[in-house]
Amino acid sequence: MVWRRVLATLRHGPATQPPVRPDEATTKRLAERLEAAAQRALGRSLAIRQVDAGSCNGCELEIHMLGSIVYDLERFGLRFVASPRHADVLLVTGPLTLNMQEALRRTFEATPDPKWVVAVGDCAIDGGVFKGSYAVAGGVEAALTVDLVIRGCPPTPAQLLAGLRALVEAHAGGGTGERATISRADIRPR
Amino acid sequence: MSGAAGIIRAAPAEPCQPWPRHHLLGEEWQAMAAALGEAGAPSLLALWADAARVYALLHDAPASAWLVASTSVEDGRYRALSPHRPAAAWFERMIRDLWGHDAEGGRDGRPWLEHGRWPVIAPLSPRPVPRLSPAAPASFLPVEGEDYHQIPVGPVHAGIIEPGHFRFSALGETVVRLEIRLGWLHKGTLGLMRGKSPRAAARFAARLSGDSTVAHSVAFARAAEAATLTEAPPRAIALRAAMTELERVANHLGDCGAIAGDAAFMFLPARFGWHREALLRAAAVAFGHRLMMDAVVPGGVAADIVPGGAEAILRALAALEEELPELTRIYGDYATLADRLVGTGVVTPSLVAAFAAGGFVGRAAGRAFDLRRSPGYPPYDRLAFEVPLLAEGDVDARVRLRLTEIGESLRLLRALLADLPEGGVSVPLPQAAGEAIGWAEGFRGDIWHWLRLEGGQIAAVFMRDPSWLQWPLLEAAIGGNIVADFPLCNKSFNCSYSGVDL
Repeated sequence: MVWRRVLATLRHGPATQPPVRPDEATTKRLAERLEAAAQRALGRSLAIRQVDAGSCNGCELEIHMLGSIVYDLERFGLRFVASPRHADVLLVTGPLTLNMQEALRRTFEATPDPKWVVAVGDCAIDGGVFKGSYAVAGGVEAALTVDLVIRGCPPTPAQLLAGLRALVEAHAGGGTGERATISRADIRPR
Repeated sequence: MSGAAGIIRAAPAEPCQPWPRHHLLGEEWQAMAAALGEAGAPSLLALWADAARVYALLHDAPASAWLVASTSVEDGRYRALSPHRPAAAWFERMIRDLWGHDAEGGRDGRPWLEHGRWPVIAPLSPRPVPRLSPAAPASFLPVEGEDYHQIPVGPVHAGIIEPGHFRFSALGETVVRLEIRLGWLHKGTLGLMRGKSPRAAARFAARLSGDSTVAHSVAFARAAEAATLTEAPPRAIALRAAMTELERVANHLGDCGAIAGDAAFMFLPARFGWHREALLRAAAVAFGHRLMMDAVVPGGVAADIVPGGAEAILRALAALEEELPELTRIYGDYATLADRLVGTGVVTPSLVAAFAAGGFVGRAAGRAFDLRRSPGYPPYDRLAFEVPLLAEGDVDARVRLRLTEIGESLRLLRALLADLPEGGVSVPLPQAAGEAIGWAEGFRGDIWHWLRLEGGQIAAVFMRDPSWLQWPLLEAAIGGNIVADFPLCNKSFNCSYSGVDL
């Protein structure tokens, strides 16, 4: 019955946890690279399009948990969108299989500028355990310039959140960096 | 005894654990294939290959017998099973793409995993040939008639899911045919495992399908242990089962919530998600990893459960046990949910039987099949549990079956954690040669691993995810439904893309 649920909620408070702190050094480095125009256009909100480029689906399971009431991604201005045409961020998992290379490239091309590419999971960084296979390119960087990597096999939701929040903070803080000189920012699990 | 089983048993047996493998001559294999078309013939569970042979795993249910058959590939060819057993078609296409063996008389000669992107043709054959020309564009089965339209979806989907291509042929809103094209996630996993020790190769078994990392690791470990005639310690066997049940509950919670969410009933995904997260955190406390990846290894488990780990799991279980009856009632009470889920995506018992579909897809349509029961494996042989069975075969039945299975797994977890055997948790595997089959019942269904060891290293291996025999039924289940109900049907099957893309 609904009233019982309402009472239980009032008694226990919201089912959530305190926010995870973004990594300050990474936030600073990302902010330095941000175009001022992008900041004006996007503000404190980022739309994310997730692309599985060969993952075992472990990363997807943990990315899914970001949408649960426990992590509640949208309170940070981050949300998943259904089309790359609505996205600011491509969240790419997997060692980049050769079979997915063209699909990933086309998804990137369909995403309007300015845009970020985040490589999620050890596979997406350099191929992980699948490095050297005839069927993988060996990481997202083989096809796209990567702005941020989030390590882990798979990364925990807390690690994912710390990385993505750094991206939002960088947006909010503004910056004047050139995309062409982007160097890799690295979020390491604590 | 059916014809096919008799033909297989008459052929000379070669050593394979725990069931001998019967090696058939070309004409015997052909006779077996034809006999598979007879009523009551054994069900085909897997078809795979190595450089020189093709192998089949069959189940003769009335006789409770498990049969392993093989035949030599001659001039790059073997006789197809698909004319008599449609479920063989995807396997035959996979075998051609990876090893280059042609299925003579096969029902479908189109490439499957091979999308024309790899640098070589037949990458697992002894001498792969460099690819010189791009592959022809993919072709799809034709639909004839007026006013049909096609909806191509994927490989990149709208949600946070794996890539695959769905080609809908629809008449207005009604789906007339769905054809699924997979292979996007092919990572060359089987090739990477060759030449490695079982211990090193276990990392790949753990990453065939991340949501079943424990169950696949168990099946692989059991195959490696059987091939080397090794037994994992009792404590490790109990811990493996605890991890398997934890994985089952976590996945059932996530999927049941997601299906309700797709029908815009957000309360259930909120509560199920909360409990799923609690279980994953408890798993991280107890076993050092939220998904328990790499926690199961050939010879046992990677590490003992930490002190306090069992209590952490039991706390999460208690919270779920308290709320589950109410959540189940709410699921059943709401007309908006029933309106979307009851009678949607029906798969018939006859199709389930013809494809030998396991897991909740089969059990929600009357196929009582659970590897924990038959052929069984420790520690389930000493545990009491129910295997729920439903007949309706629709989305609702698959959800209800899984909600019931959660309760059974919770009881199993309590029994396992209350009575963990003392002792070590792993033994080393000898550097032996041997061939074996290992199995485990994952949340999705029956998982089968076959491997051949030579000098302690993997010479050949195949891993059969349950999805191989469930995906084709999704194509059937959506027929006659509206396009907008596809997400519900798809989630209620939740087949693994990575698991079959290898």
